[in-house]
Amino acid sequence: MNFPILSLIVFLPMAAALLILLYKPEQKKAIRMTALMAAALALLLSIIVYAAYDKGAGGYQFLEQYKWLPTLGISLKFGVDGLSAPLILLTGIVMLTGVMISWGLDDRPREFFAFLFILASGVFGVFASLDLFMLFFFYEIAVFPMYLLIAIWGWIKTREYAAMKLTLFLFIGSLVALIGALAMYGASGLHTFDMLLLEQARFPLEFQKLWFPFVFMGFAVLGGLFPFHNWSPDGHVAAPTAVSMFHAGVLMKLGAFAALRVGIMLLPEGAKFHMKWIIFLALINIVYGAFIALVQTDFKYVIGFSSVSHMGLVMMGFATLTPEGLTGAVMQMFSHGVMTALLFAAVGMVYDRAHTREIPKLGGMVRPLPLVAIGFTIAGLVSMGMPGFSGFVAEFPIFMGMWKTSWLIAVIAAVSIVVTATYVLLVVRRVFFGRLPAEYEGRIGPINHLDKMALGLWCVLMISLGLFPGLMVPWIQTGVRHVLALLGGG
Amino acid sequence: MLAIFPSAVPAILPEILLLVLGILVLVADPFWKKDESRRAGLGWLTTCGLLAILVVTIFLARPGSESQPFFGGMLRHDWLAFVFKIFFLFAALVTALFFVDTPPLNRRAESYFLLLAATLGMCLMASAADLVMLYLAIETTSIPLYILAGFLVRDEKSTESGLKYMLFGAMTSAVLLYGLSLAFGFSGRTGLAELSASFVSFTPFAIGTIFLILVGLAFKVSLFPFHFWAPDVYEGSPTAVAGFLSTASKAAGFVALIRLFTTAFPALSKNWTWILAVLAALTMTVGNLIALAQLKDEGNIKRLLAYSSIAHAGYAMIGVVAFSEMGIASTVFYLFAYLLTNLAAFGIIIAISRVGGSDSIASFKGLSRRNPALALMMLVAFLSLSGMPPLGGFVAKVFVFIAAVEKGWIWLAVVGVLNSIIGLYTYLTVLKYAYLYRLEGEDEERHPVPLSRPRALALAVLTIGIIMIGVIIAPWFRMAMNAAAALF
Repeated sequence: MNFPILSLIVFLPMAAALLILLYKPEQKKAIRMTALMAAALALLLSIIVYAAYDKGAGGYQFLEQYKWLPTLGISLKFGVDGLSAPLILLTGIVMLTGVMISWGLDDRPREFFAFLFILASGVFGVFASLDLFMLFFFYEIAVFPMYLLIAIWGWIKTREYAAMKLTLFLFIGSLVALIGALAMYGASGLHTFDMLLLEQARFPLEFQKLWFPFVFMGFAVLGGLFPFHNWSPDGHVAAPTAVSMFHAGVLMKLGAFAALRVGIMLLPEGAKFHMKWIIFLALINIVYGAFIALVQTDFKYVIGFSSVSHMGLVMMGFATLTPEGLTGAVMQMFSHGVMTALLFAAVGMVYDRAHTREIPKLGGMVRPLPLVAIGFTIAGLVSMGMPGFSGFVAEFPIFMGMWKTSWLIAVIAAVSIVVTATYVLLVVRRVFFGRLPAEYEGRIGPINHLDKMALGLWCVLMISLGLFPGLMVPWIQTGVRHVLALLGGG
Repeated sequence: MLAIFPSAVPAILPEILLLVLGILVLVADPFWKKDESRRAGLGWLTTCGLLAILVVTIFLARPGSESQPFFGGMLRHDWLAFVFKIFFLFAALVTALFFVDTPPLNRRAESYFLLLAATLGMCLMASAADLVMLYLAIETTSIPLYILAGFLVRDEKSTESGLKYMLFGAMTSAVLLYGLSLAFGFSGRTGLAELSASFVSFTPFAIGTIFLILVGLAFKVSLFPFHFWAPDVYEGSPTAVAGFLSTASKAAGFVALIRLFTTAFPALSKNWTWILAVLAALTMTVGNLIALAQLKDEGNIKRLLAYSSIAHAGYAMIGVVAFSEMGIASTVFYLFAYLLTNLAAFGIIIAISRVGGSDSIASFKGLSRRNPALALMMLVAFLSLSGMPPLGGFVAKVFVFIAAVEKGWIWLAVVGVLNSIIGLYTYLTVLKYAYLYRLEGEDEERHPVPLSRPRALALAVLTIGIIMIGVIIAPWFRMAMNAAAALF
């Protein structure tokens, strides 16, 4: 144990939030600069973690442990493996770009950035925690600020409803999972919440069969698994742009990640037993989500339902319990995080200027907003799994893994690729091409430099990962090997 | 240090000092000028006195690891008593700060004296180890509280609340006394520990005794179905008093119940834990559901908090049901977190109703613009009530659930979890008024919510406390474990 870099990453946003709250509400410029600096620093640190992770050695690295409540075996334990390293990087990216995109926010920016950063702290905390209790602790911290962010700064028509729905869904999910986790704590007899020890606990088969659904489904609510996906499109649509990005880009991964780490890794036998029907739920997510996205007329709902569909792929990748499926799923989490951040940002940029998200009322945005159109199209290509982009690297292995398990389901799921291509291309054509409606002529202002930088960063990431999968896949594979070992050789 | 006292003094040190302070306040009263600005001195005297007592108690009255009987077994000096005495002194301290600028409470020395007297009774309840002593302590606590609840003599609601509290209280007190006399008649003894020898089998006699005693104590902690007084009394009594009732008085009921049931009836724990489990589940559910029904513009926030405090008694009871060292420790921890949180919530209500002149939920509108700092404290308090990390309420809830699951009370933990969700909805809706809604057609800047110095001080301490126990858990939990260890 040397430099406590993970604690720094986790607590930096929290400290920045407190610092921001110390400013006067009028010092908006200073508040934004502080937020930008802190986010940049967090990204830098997460890049360092990602780059310095020794993928040859694998396992958990950068371990840190501080006693917190020894009586109950709770400690503040951080560590990163090949699964969480890409996700920490993703959080850093979304956090920085989220601040860049929200530069123009004028209503109480002090509180906005403070809540956003508390949320970011929670997200980093979940990805880095190796203690079950702390994982819950950070999980709740990540969930709750969403309520305020959506309810205060969201889209006025649905924000109260959507924020409450989201919070209640996620809270129910997390508490159901909590009961499962406490049962594990009680049953292990080890008197510890340390997940590295619980991994080795070898719970009895009956216990695993009973509790796996609680833990997995509890977290999968946040991952948007059918039939508990309902909060997510509403939440996405009601949220302000940066929050939608966080929400779809990172938070849903939080649910999937926790379902993997706590559900599958701690209760592997239960996972093997229950995966049959989870595959079906994921299949419904994929196909149903894609079809619903196809018929939406609200620009943001299209993206919202596409997230449901794509998160279904992640869940399906998990459910195959094969090396290909798991690798693809984690890759998909990263790729989808970046892609969806771009998509939501693009929706926000169009909406801020046109003041409508009704697709039939939009058109020809490519002329006033060429960079947005390019970025959106690239993200669209990623979304339909085009080779050469990160989406392909992610989705192809998932289908491979699925084929091994059941070729029929793989074929049905593959239908979604066609549907996805349809709705993406339709949206691109209707919003960005065609004729610019007369009312917008000359009234669509350009985007600022920070927006351009954010768009550029996302596109570079998606393309470079598509061309050089080696930038991320080896990391994930070390993590997946560990999961498979827990599953019994795989 | 302790050698300079007779050995029994530490056992009743806070009580002695409280009595001295009470007399001091009464004596000082005639010498104080009658104008209002000077009268604040009375409050500060009480506050500083209580702070001094708190410090002295912590340093000089700390018990050893063994539970020691004093005064012929009337009182026990142990960690359970010590921890709860600290809670009571702290709650009284905060309540006195709330009194300082709340007329007419701050004009009369009597209000402070009654507060101190009730605190004295609670301290005795925490250490009482004998049926007679227990009953005396309960009455010493209750009677001053009846008067305080009806303190606003010109206010019909306050008078009603005082009278209602007294009638209900006297009734359940009589039932309790009947139960205690049955226990004595059954065993021929009054010491709690000696009683246990006579309560080994589940005879009808034992059932009756336990049931009657439970009624009396369930009233104090407002367990369903003995909770009906709470909303009416909280609504009518002065807000600061309601805060004290809902925290310290409830905690006092809990400590008496814990000590009585664990020392006098341990052999029957299989039976009474079931009764308590059912009551806890019903209490949580009823409290939360009725609190939900208060959520409308004209709904009274004090009523809402009354129902929420009923629900919280249910959560805290889960730890007692688990009947293990972890269980009792988690209840103690829960009560501590709840005490801080609820006092803060009531303090916030005092500040707001002073401006708007009403206790309606609508008076919270636009708070985040009218006083951002107060809104932030409210956020902390209400989130802690709903059980969000990193605040005290979260850890406390998780602990009681851990205790329950460890002992196989999974259904109870599930009921608790479901109730937390209902609670979350309630508290979030109140927060929505503060953060989302605006004053209609008016500029919030012109309707600020000022925060007087004593209130700001009290609220700041409470807010920091709520965060502290949610983040740095170990020292508080060790305290709670020590308290629990005194019983097992």
